[in-house]
This record gives sequence, structure tokens and C-alpha cells, in this order.
Amino acid sequence: MTKGCKIHGIDSQRRSFLKTSLGAATVMIAPGIMLFDTAHGQTQPASSKVRWGMLIDTAQCKPGCNDCVTACNRENGLSGGTKPTDSQWIRKVELKDKGKGRELSLPMMCQHCSHPPCVDVCPTNASFKRADGIVLVDKHRCIGCRYCMMACPYKARSLVHEPLHDQNPDVPRGKGTVEACTFCVHRVDNGQQPACAEACPNKAILFGDLNDLESEIARKIRSVASAQVRADLGLDTGIRYQGL
Amino acid sequence: MSAHSQTYFKDRLYYALLAAGTLVALAGLYAVYMMEHHGHIVTGMNNQIVWGLPHVFAIFMIVASSGVLNVASIGSVFGKSDYKARAPLAGLLSIALLAGGLTVLMLDLGRPDRIIVAATNYNITSMFAWNVLLYSGMFAFVAVYLWTMMEQRMNPWSKTAGLVVFAWRFILTTGTGLIFAFLVARQAYGSALLPPLFIVASFAWGMAVFLAVQAAMHAWNGRVLDPAILHRMKNLLGVFVIGTLYLVAAYHLTNLYFAHQSGFERFILVEGGAYPKLFWWGYGVLGSILPLLLIYLPRQGKPIHAVAASLLVILGGFAFLYVFIIGGQAYPLNIFPGFEASSSFGDGKVASYCPSRYEYLLGFGGLSVAFIITLVSVRVLRFMPQDKPHVAD
Repeated sequence: MTKGCKIHGIDSQRRSFLKTSLGAATVMIAPGIMLFDTAHGQTQPASSKVRWGMLIDTAQCKPGCNDCVTACNRENGLSGGTKPTDSQWIRKVELKDKGKGRELSLPMMCQHCSHPPCVDVCPTNASFKRADGIVLVDKHRCIGCRYCMMACPYKARSLVHEPLHDQNPDVPRGKGTVEACTFCVHRVDNGQQPACAEACPNKAILFGDLNDLESEIARKIRSVASAQVRADLGLDTGIRYQGL
Repeated sequence: MSAHSQTYFKDRLYYALLAAGTLVALAGLYAVYMMEHHGHIVTGMNNQIVWGLPHVFAIFMIVASSGVLNVASIGSVFGKSDYKARAPLAGLLSIALLAGGLTVLMLDLGRPDRIIVAATNYNITSMFAWNVLLYSGMFAFVAVYLWTMMEQRMNPWSKTAGLVVFAWRFILTTGTGLIFAFLVARQAYGSALLPPLFIVASFAWGMAVFLAVQAAMHAWNGRVLDPAILHRMKNLLGVFVIGTLYLVAAYHLTNLYFAHQSGFERFILVEGGAYPKLFWWGYGVLGSILPLLLIYLPRQGKPIHAVAASLLVILGGFAFLYVFIIGGQAYPLNIFPGFEASSSFGDGKVASYCPSRYEYLLGFGGLSVAFIITLVSVRVLRFMPQDKPHVAD
């Protein structure tokens, strides 16, 4: 009897220890797993069957309207400053035809080229192109040499010149590294539109899959005249302009 | 002055020079700290002028480090004995200048703390990545070359090592020229003439640095350079200055012939404010014509004339690179041919640039690294050229 009680006592201690340990382990690990899932979102890689692109209708883009720029700044946590040292991922360019005097206005940003010079020149592979055509900078790999800024024909890239505060957790940035329009990749991966396309009051920016023949953008590109900026360079840009 | 007091004075002077060099290097480090801590906002560089004064210093030193080896090559590869005696000093200057140039280039990075990433992630299509290999290879090959020259048992290998270094430095300067030649979209760059231009410029700038250092070493040791040797070396500098002028002219003339480049040429040669002035007066008159007069005019054979010509060529090199690198970026990128463009990001507008004191400190810090390496090495090792009476080859 005495022996049985002793055994019984030891067992219950061991059981409660195991229960407590298991409970503590669950409490400690579970939030980590949930956070990991939240942080990673979709786990499947970008597909090369998709080629994200934009068609910008310059006839619908109003001079003086800056809504796309404001939306980009808000979405990506940019200051919105326009000093030469401030980052500008998208800018409105006002154009005047030298011969005919025709005026037009359009948004300019990373053109997400098929053959991006920034990716070619980057010494550390920090500049890279995703399988779906989005050109990005790996902020952990960028050493801030700015060779990509020299190579970009569209002046689409900026160096972060100052320490950053209050960053958007979805859009990590870093002082001393180079950055540019990401096509709002964090939104696109969640099935949303880039912030600029969504914000345009005149629907001048059409975003979609250039490879999907049934997509609105692919159908429109087949039916209207569109142009690539500096098409002579043969970079096969993901952004096309209508009326340029 | 007695021999003893002269030695004492020289010792003092040596330590004073070393201290001065170290002070400048420390000031450069302070600039690096400021740039690291506050970001590139403390420099004059911005999103339009992305490479600034530090790059002018760095590229001058890297190009000159390759060119100074010309002196060694003429000795080791082409067997000219006057130059052979100078090969060790040329090798030392090459290592010193390369170290100085790379110090500036690396410390100007946005994230210099990540420099190791350049070695662990290697993009084969990037000219910068290739240059990481070319520059580290240059250090190694020149060090071996110096070893074969300064260690008697290794002497039989010095010609082979000299040949390898000869080939390597051509590839290296080609690589430096290609950094710009591969920039297809910028009007100032994207020309196949740039690698040969950089190679010939490297001969001139390297020779100028060599002649200036050699003159200082002779003065320090109270020795007089054989006038025949000086005559040959300064004349060679003249040939290199003419060669550089020729390629610079060819570069601008070809650009002038292309209608789409005429706006850029008008900017850089005539209307661009400080840039044309620096080009014509800094590079053209002070950095090329005046040195040529000092070299070739009759009764100009004194060492002081050669030193003055060399210093002017160095000055001209800086002026040329300033116009080439910064002027080349200041001219607006032609993104929309046929249109006048304007925006909040400097489209269609000449970019302005004013180098900050931290950029000067960083640049001079790099120069002082080269200076310290040279100063200490020539004191502790035997780099002084040992001339026999000159005999024409």
C-alpha cells in the first residue's frame, strides 16, 4: 500500500510536470508560428506564367493631379518630400512636344523591364527580377554602391539618404540602400492592385497580367496603340503608355 | 649643417610627415563616421548626382595605380634597364594608390559594413563584381612581382611576374573604363572609346605620380637624377599626355557627329557653367598644354620643370574626371526624346551639385592612405632607384 501510494505520488508529479511543460511550450511556440504565417502570407513562389504590367492612358492623366504619387507615398511610407535627396518612387512628368507643342502629363516609375539594366549591373545580386516580372531590391543585400541608379535609363531609383522612422512593416526600407517602385508587391501578392492604380481618379492606370490573353490589360494593349519609353533600348518594359 | 644634425632633422621631418598623413586619414575616418551615422544626406550627392567627389578621387587613384606600373613594365617586359631600376618603386606606388582608391570607394558605399556581401554574392554580369576580382588580383600579383624583384632568389621569376602584371593592369583599366562604357542610357557614357581612353590616361597620370614621387625621393636623399634618364621619362610623360588628348578629342568629336548627342556636348564644352571651364582650363590648358610646354620647350630640362609638369598633369586628371563623372550626371537624362520634360525629380533640368566637406575629407583621407603606405615603405625598404650611369638601350 505504502509502496503503491509512493508510486502513485511520483506518477502524478511527473504527469503534472509534463502537462505544464507542454502547455508552456504551446504558449511560447504558437504565437511564433502564427506570426511566421502572417509575415509570410502566401508561401508559393511567384509564377513565371504571369507578367505583371501597366497600361497608362496619358489622355486620362490630368496635369497637376498627383493622386497616384500621394497614394504611393502613403502606401510605402515615403515622406513625400521632393528635395533631390528624397526618395520618389513615382513622379508626375509634364511633357511638351518640341515640334508640335502638344502637352501631356504622365506618371513615371520603375518600368519593370524584362531585361533590367539595374539587375545586370548590381554587383551583389541585390537587384533582382521576380519570375512574374516585378523588379525589386533585396534590402539585406544592397551595399549602396548606386551603380543601378547610374544604369537605370528612367531615373527610377532613389538612395535612402537619411535615417528612417515609422516604416510600414509591409514595405521594409533601409538607410544607405537603393529603392524603387515595387509595383506594391505586398498588395499584388494579396490579390490587390498597386496603390497608384487604385488611387487614380480617372482610371488612367490599368494594372494586370500581360501574359493572360483574356486580361483587360492584354486585350486593351491589343486594341490601342501603346508605346514603351525608350523602346530603342530594347528592355521590354512592363509599363506601356497610351498616347505618348 | 653637419651630417648628424641632418639625419636628426630628417628623422623629425619623417615623423612630422607621418603624423600629418595620419591626421588627414583620421579626418577621412571622421567623415566616414558622419556619413555612416547620418546617411549620405551630409554629402552633396543626391538622387541625381549619385556619384560625386569621392568617386573622382577613387577613380583617379585606381587608374593611376594601374598606369604607374607602366614604368615597371617598360623595365621588366621590354628590358629597358633605366626603368628596371624603378620597377620596385612603381610596384609600391601601384599598391599604395590602389589601396587609397579602394578605401575611398568602399567607405563611400551606402552600407560599407556589408562589403563582405560583395564577395559572398557575386553577379557575373556586373562590371563592379568583376572589378572586385580585378582589384584584389592586382594586389596579389603586384605583391608577388615585388617579391620576385626584391628577393634575390626569386629574381629569375621577375620577368614572368612582370608579364602577368602587365596583362592584368590592362584588363583592370579596361574594367574601370567599362564601368562607364556599359551605361547605355546616359549620354556621357556608353562609349566603346572609354576603356582605351582610361588606359592611355592611366599611363599619363601614373607616370606623373611616379615622376613627382621620384623627385621627392631624390631630394630627400640629396641625390641628383641623371639628366638623361629624366629627359627620357619626362618625354614619355609628354607622349602619354598627347595620347590622352587624342582620345579625349576622338570621344568628343564622335559625340559631336551624332545629332542626339549634340545637346550634351554643347553643355559639357560650352554652356555648362563650371564644367566647360574645368574642362578647357583645368584639363586642357593647365593639365595638358602647360605640361607639354614644360616638357618640350627648349631649355626646360630641369627637374623642377618635370615636377611642375607632373603635378599639373595630376591636377588635369582630377579636372577631367570631375567633368566626366559629375558633369556627365548633371546633364539631364534624355528619357523622352523629342519632348521637353519637367517634374519634381529633376527631369529636363541640369542637376546641381556642391561637394560637402565630408566628401573632401574622405577623398583626401584616401590620398593620405596612399601617402602613408608610400612614406613608410620607402623608409623601411629599399625602393630608391639604384641607377648605373645611363647607357642608351
